[in-house]
Amino acid sequence: MVKLDNVSKRYGARVALHPVDLEIPSGETTALIGPSGCGKSTLLRMIVGLVRPDTGVVRIGAEVLTADNVERLRHGIGYVIQDGGLFPHLSCAQNVVLLARHLGLPKAQIDARLQALSALVHIPADALDRYPQQLSGGQRQRVGLMRALMLDPKLLLLDEPLGALDPVTRFELQTELKAIFEQLSKTVVIVTHDMGEAGFFAEDIVMMREGRIVQRGSIADLLERPAEPYVSQFMRAQRVPGAPEPA
Amino acid sequence: MSARLVLWVLCSVCTWCHAESINVGSKRFTESYILGEILTQTARRAGEGTVAHQQGLGNTGIVFSALKSGAVDLYPDYTGTVAFELLRLKDAPTVEALKRLLAPYGIGAAIPLGFSNTYALAVSEARGKALDLARISQLARQPELKIGLSQEFMNRRDGWPALKSAYGLPHEPRGLDHGIAYEALAAGQIDAMDVYSTDAKIVRYGVRVLDDDKRFFPPYDAVVLYRLDFPGRYPKTWAALQSLENRIDTPAMARMNAAAELDGRPFSKVAADFLDGASAARPRGDAAAERSSFLSVLFGPDLGRVTLQHLALVLASLVPAIAVGIPLGVWAHRSRRTAPFIMAFVALLQTIPALALLAFLITLMGRIGPVPAVVALFLYALLPIVRNTATGLADIPAPLGESALALGLPARTRLRTIELPLASRSILAGIKTSAVIGVGTATIAAFIGAGGFGERIVSGLAVNDTAMLLAGAVPAAVLAFAVQWGFDALERRLVPAGLRLDGARAE
Repeated sequence: MVKLDNVSKRYGARVALHPVDLEIPSGETTALIGPSGCGKSTLLRMIVGLVRPDTGVVRIGAEVLTADNVERLRHGIGYVIQDGGLFPHLSCAQNVVLLARHLGLPKAQIDARLQALSALVHIPADALDRYPQQLSGGQRQRVGLMRALMLDPKLLLLDEPLGALDPVTRFELQTELKAIFEQLSKTVVIVTHDMGEAGFFAEDIVMMREGRIVQRGSIADLLERPAEPYVSQFMRAQRVPGAPEPA
Repeated sequence: MSARLVLWVLCSVCTWCHAESINVGSKRFTESYILGEILTQTARRAGEGTVAHQQGLGNTGIVFSALKSGAVDLYPDYTGTVAFELLRLKDAPTVEALKRLLAPYGIGAAIPLGFSNTYALAVSEARGKALDLARISQLARQPELKIGLSQEFMNRRDGWPALKSAYGLPHEPRGLDHGIAYEALAAGQIDAMDVYSTDAKIVRYGVRVLDDDKRFFPPYDAVVLYRLDFPGRYPKTWAALQSLENRIDTPAMARMNAAAELDGRPFSKVAADFLDGASAARPRGDAAAERSSFLSVLFGPDLGRVTLQHLALVLASLVPAIAVGIPLGVWAHRSRRTAPFIMAFVALLQTIPALALLAFLITLMGRIGPVPAVVALFLYALLPIVRNTATGLADIPAPLGESALALGLPARTRLRTIELPLASRSILAGIKTSAVIGVGTATIAAFIGAGGFGERIVSGLAVNDTAMLLAGAVPAAVLAFAVQWGFDALERRLVPAGLRLDGARAE
């Protein structure tokens, strides 16, 4: 579905991402995890064309991502960020249908999709008429997901989607999100710094550190066969059950 | 309402531009207003065409460019002023010589009106009578006389030092503010002072102006400057104007200045009285009644006209400033390379002094009146709009900008549906600033005959009439408040509801 070949990025003297190869399998959920500044967000933003790699190419399906096709390819990608990234001057419904309207989809189709999505993410219809500021953080995140799913994209990218929520809401939404992903069978890439969350969503976890991929595998692989001491250190810091105690 | 206003502006601008009429100009002080009126009414009585008096045009530079461009056909000036200020000569030539020097500009000088407005020495009437003083040279034999001089006259090289040696005067004068010198002379604290020969106060205080018998002071003879094609185009009018030659002597001019400045008689009446042969000096009794109260000037018959003109000037400059300023601000935000140039350019415009800008625009456009005024106001209005548009766009939180990008919306749609609405509060604040500043700045439009509240301020300044001045300044201030309040109300309608929610929460 998505293939990154030898992509790298530097900002002035700071290297955000060393040359990296990564293939994201179709129909599965992949988690990118690591501490702040490890390059996981940079990698995700490269896929949606918000960051242009200094070297290498990004492939979406069969196409190489370029400045010319990025707008069209983005229509096939749902992108959700922390707190939803909703536009405060538009009502929630307007946020969700913005792109569909711009593309001139029939009104009946838009309305039907809006209803289906609000049922999917459990947002009441009256909440959709309100402005983002009038909703709770969890509700904003659900609306953000609706906006990302509006055109039924094959690929869904989530950048710390639950980072701004309180633990209880977060727990609820994690459960719901996982159910939704399984129901939709989309290709999902989720960026998080929470190992529990990564393990909950994804069989396939990509662990990063200082602009490099240090290990890829299931949570069991990371626990039992750490590629380097840092992996264990990270697991321990997250208090993942079963992580080895320091000697 | 606003549509009708715009229409009115367009119509007015058209008439202003295309009126085929005789245009008489005048400068921004009492004597020039009166002479302008005399020329205007004389031309009008000749009946050869409509005559308009473009009164109170800024300074010498502005009237002269108006004359060169053909925006005015003639105006009164002084030989000394033309020689020193415009032609940069060392000595004041005769009218004939002046005429030759001005010919290359397509301008002539003619019709010496009969008086000179220059420096002079004056003594109190009592002292003059007692000592039988009539000429400056007589002062040399009266060393005991106390002379009080304005600082300017005392210190300039062609002032007192030169006068002293020319006449061999033994006195040691003291510096004195010109405003109180007349009082000091009347109280006998000084015996002689420097005056302008046609000063209104000469009449009020009854001082005796001494004859400059050695012709020391350069002649500032009042003459008419005119476009060389004018006599041919309006021969009858020209003949009528020529009959004014030597009709106004120095005391007559001083009396007319006093009638306008001290008694508050309208310039047009003073001029009409002169042409009808009536005495300009009026009994003191009804003079006070002529000067109107603040309220009666404020709500005078011209209130509606100057208010509409003022609004029209602001509106006609603000609308294009918005239309140009917002795209410029967007451009400055988008292009990191051109941004510094755009910002520097609009900031530079703001630093040009208003009168300099107006003089430049008159020369460039070849006309006076509302068109150059609106252009100047437009240029001044750009900076706040451009700057606030650029900063409003730059202040959009990065996650929102990226969310818009990630959706796959094209740049134009992002700008229209997301970026401009998110920046609307800042942009509107910029427009509000421009509008409020515009209401204030539009008062200078009167310097080039574009009307508005500035017309009253300019006339008030010229004749030292505080009521008149306030009748212009107060409504301008009120209008500025009204504009501010109007924009606050507009903000509640224009800024998207979701953003105002944000603000309410922040409070």
